[in-house]
Amino acid sequence: MEAVNVYAARILEKQEYFKPGHRACQGCAEALAVRLVAKALGNNVIVASATGCMEIISSPLPFTNWDVPWIHVAFENTAAVLSGAESAYKALARKGRIKDRGTVFLGMGGDGATTDIGLQALSGAFERGHSFVYVCYDNEAYMNTGIQRSSSTPFGASTTTSPAGKKVPGQITWKKNMAEIAVAHNVPYVATACASYPFDLMEKVQKAARTPGPAYIHILSVCPTGWRIPPSKSIWIGRLAVETGIFPLFEVEDGRYRITVDVPEMRPVEEYLKPQGRFRHLTPEITARIQERVDFEYRKLVAKTQFKF
Amino acid sequence: MGKRVGIEVSIAAADAVASTDVDVVAAYPITPQTHIVEHLSELVNNGELDAEFIPVESEHSAMSVCCGSSAAGARTFTCTSSQGLALMNEIVFIAPGLRLPIVMILANRSLSGPLSIWNDHTDVMSIRDCGWIQVFAETGQEVYDHVLFSFRVAEDPAVSLPVILNMDGFILTHVIEPIEYWEPEQVKRYLPDFKPVNALDPDRPTTVGAFGLPGIYSEAKKAQDEALIHSKEHILKAWEELGQVVGRHYKPVETHLTEGAETVFLTMGSIGQTVAMAVERLRDRGEPAGLVKLRLWRPFPFEELRDAVRGAKRIIVIDRAISYGGTGGPVASEIRSALYGEDHMPAVTNFICGLAGRDVTPDDYIAMYERSLEMTQSKVGQEDSVFYGVRE
Amino acid sequence: MKSEEELSWKDLEVGCVISDPGNASQYRTGDWRSMRPVVDKEHCIRCGVCYIFCPDMAIHKTPEGYFEADLYYCKGCGICQQECITGCISMVPEEE
Repeated sequence: MEAVNVYAARILEKQEYFKPGHRACQGCAEALAVRLVAKALGNNVIVASATGCMEIISSPLPFTNWDVPWIHVAFENTAAVLSGAESAYKALARKGRIKDRGTVFLGMGGDGATTDIGLQALSGAFERGHSFVYVCYDNEAYMNTGIQRSSSTPFGASTTTSPAGKKVPGQITWKKNMAEIAVAHNVPYVATACASYPFDLMEKVQKAARTPGPAYIHILSVCPTGWRIPPSKSIWIGRLAVETGIFPLFEVEDGRYRITVDVPEMRPVEEYLKPQGRFRHLTPEITARIQERVDFEYRKLVAKTQFKF
Repeated sequence: MGKRVGIEVSIAAADAVASTDVDVVAAYPITPQTHIVEHLSELVNNGELDAEFIPVESEHSAMSVCCGSSAAGARTFTCTSSQGLALMNEIVFIAPGLRLPIVMILANRSLSGPLSIWNDHTDVMSIRDCGWIQVFAETGQEVYDHVLFSFRVAEDPAVSLPVILNMDGFILTHVIEPIEYWEPEQVKRYLPDFKPVNALDPDRPTTVGAFGLPGIYSEAKKAQDEALIHSKEHILKAWEELGQVVGRHYKPVETHLTEGAETVFLTMGSIGQTVAMAVERLRDRGEPAGLVKLRLWRPFPFEELRDAVRGAKRIIVIDRAISYGGTGGPVASEIRSALYGEDHMPAVTNFICGLAGRDVTPDDYIAMYERSLEMTQSKVGQEDSVFYGVRE
Repeated sequence: MKSEEELSWKDLEVGCVISDPGNASQYRTGDWRSMRPVVDKEHCIRCGVCYIFCPDMAIHKTPEGYFEADLYYCKGCGICQQECITGCISMVPEEE
C-alpha cells in the first residue's frame, strides 16, 4: 500500500460512475482500475473507449454500466474519436452554443488498442495537443480475444500466440515502453499507475485531468485469467510488480521525472514471476536475464529523476 | 439571387461548406481532394470561418474524429478520395450505424493496384453497402448546391444519417466553372441550426456504440436500413425546398431526350454532359436515343428509375468501376436487379469505360450505341459487359 | 427494461443509443459466485480496504460503519479476503 492511512478509503466519495453488474471476470483488476479512474473524475466527463474487454463487459445493448457519457466507435481510433469530441466542445463553446464547464475528455483502451493498433491515432492526438486524458489499461496481452501476445506482453510470458514451446520460451521481445513513447511526444503529463495503489492512481488521474493539453496514464492491470493466477491475488501481484521494480510507479510533468511510490528495497523478480502460470516455464537463466534488464531499466529511470534542469 | 463567379469547383465546394458555419472539419490530404481542405484551413486561419480544423494523421482518424465530433453535437465535415476512403472504410460503416450526420465529399478517383490519381468510380463502388446516403453531382453548381443539401438532409432529425457527395476527381475538382453562390439569407432559410438527436452531454449521459449480441444485432441493422429507406421522402423534400430557395430543381433520376427513346444511356456523375452531347448527335441522325442520369444512388430510387426507362427497349449502362469476376459493372448489376420482373424489361447492355481518367468522347459513346444495337437480350454474366476501348 | 431478446427493431433508440445510464445494474453477477465473503465484525477495524479494492463495486458501508458485500453483485473473487488488513474476512462455500 502507498504511504497513506489505512483508513483513507473511508473518506473516498461513495458515488460510482462505473456501475456494478458488469461482466468482467472474477478478480479483474482492470475493471477495478476503470472504477477508480471513473471515481477520480466524477461526472463532468465524456469517455471514449476502444473495443476490448472493458467495452464489451460494460455495454451489452440495451444495457450500460456507464453513468457518464460514453462512446465506443472502434478498436484503434479512440484517441481520434476523443479528439473529435474535444474539438466539438471547443468549437461549440466558442460559438456560445454550449457552456464551457471544463468537461474532461477521457480516452481508454487496452494495451492492444494503445501500444499496437491504436498507436498512430494516439500519436497524432498527442502531437495535435488536444486536451484529454488517455488511460491505457495494460493487461499485457489481447485478453478479450483469448490471451494473444501484444507488443506490451513481457519477455518470457506464455500467451496463445507466444506459447512456451520446446524451442521458443514464450514471448521473445521486451515489453514496449509506452510511457516513454508518450514522454517523447513532449505531452505535459505522463504517469504509470496500478490499481494495487488506488490513491496514487486516483491522484494521478486528477492531476492529468487538471493538466491543459494531452495527458497519458499507463495502468498495469492485472488479469487473473490471462496471467493464470487465482482471482483473489490480483491486487497482491500488482503490488509485487511494483516492489520488484518490474513496473515502477512514476510521473513525468513537463519532462520532469518523479518516482511516486518508493521501493527502498527491491524484491527479486522471481517473487513476481513464480506465482504466475504464464511464467511457469521460465528457467533460472531466463529469470536472470529478466532481472538484469529490470535492474538496468530501473537505474535508467532513477537517473532521469536525478536530471538537473 | 446570389453572385455568380468563375471559380475552381473545389474552392466553391469549400466555400459552400464554410457557408454552413461548420463546426469541425477533419481531413487528411489526398489528390484530388486537396484544394477543398486547403481552402477550408485557409478560411479558418484567416479568421473567416469559426471552426476547428483538425489536420489528422490518416483518413482512418479523419472519419474517427468526425464520429467523435458529430456525436458530441457539432456540424461535421470531411473530404477524401480513393485510397483515403479505403483506409477509412472501417469507420465509414460505423458512422451510419451510430446515425451520425457527417457530410463527406468524395472526390472520386481510382483505387490502386496500379496506383492512379485519376478519376473513376472504383472508390465509391467499394462502399456501395456502407449505409450512407449517396448522391452524385454532375457540374460545379450541383456540387455547390448539394453541399447545402447534404447538411440539410443528414441533420434532419427524421434522417440523422451521414451523406456522401460524389464529385469526379479533376473533371470537377480542378476545373473553373461559373457558379452561383448562395446568399447568407438563402443558407439560413434552407439549413436550420444543427440540433443533434443525441449528443454526448454530462448532464444527460448516454452510451453510444454499445456492443450488440446476436439477439439484437439484426434488429439494430433493420432499424438502420429502415432509416435509410425512409430518408428518401426527406431527400425529395429537401430538393423541393432547394428549388424554392435558389430556383434550381433536382430529382433522384434526371432524364434528357427520353421521350420516345428506344435506347437510353444510364450514367452517374460528370460524364452525363459528354453522353448528352452524343445523344443529341444521335437524335440529329434520327436515332431514338435518350439519357437517364442517376443522381441518388442510396437510397436507390427504384420507382423513379422504372418511370425514367419505361418504354425503352435497351439500356446502355456506363460503369466506371468493375465487379471483378462478377456481373461486370456494379451499376449495371443494380439496374438489372431494379428492373427484374418488370413487364417489357429492357435489355441491359453494359460498358466499362473511363477508368483512371481515360478520355471517353461523344464519338466513343456513339460507337457504344451502335455496338449495343448488335448486342441482343442481355444475360447476367461477364459476357455482356464490355471493357470499352481496351487494347487487345 | 426489456432484455435484448425481447426488443423489436422499433424499440431501439436512434443509433442504438442507451439513454438510461447505469441500467446494467439490474444484471445479477452474484450467481457466478461459489464462495462468499463473511466478515468477523469483532476483528474488523472498518478501514474500507475491502471496499476500495472490490472490482465489482459490490462492497458498501453499513450504517454502523462496517463494510459488507452486496451478494447481488459479489462474484466471490476473494480479493477482499486477500487484502484485508486484519484478516477478518473469510470465504465460505456457497451451499449447493
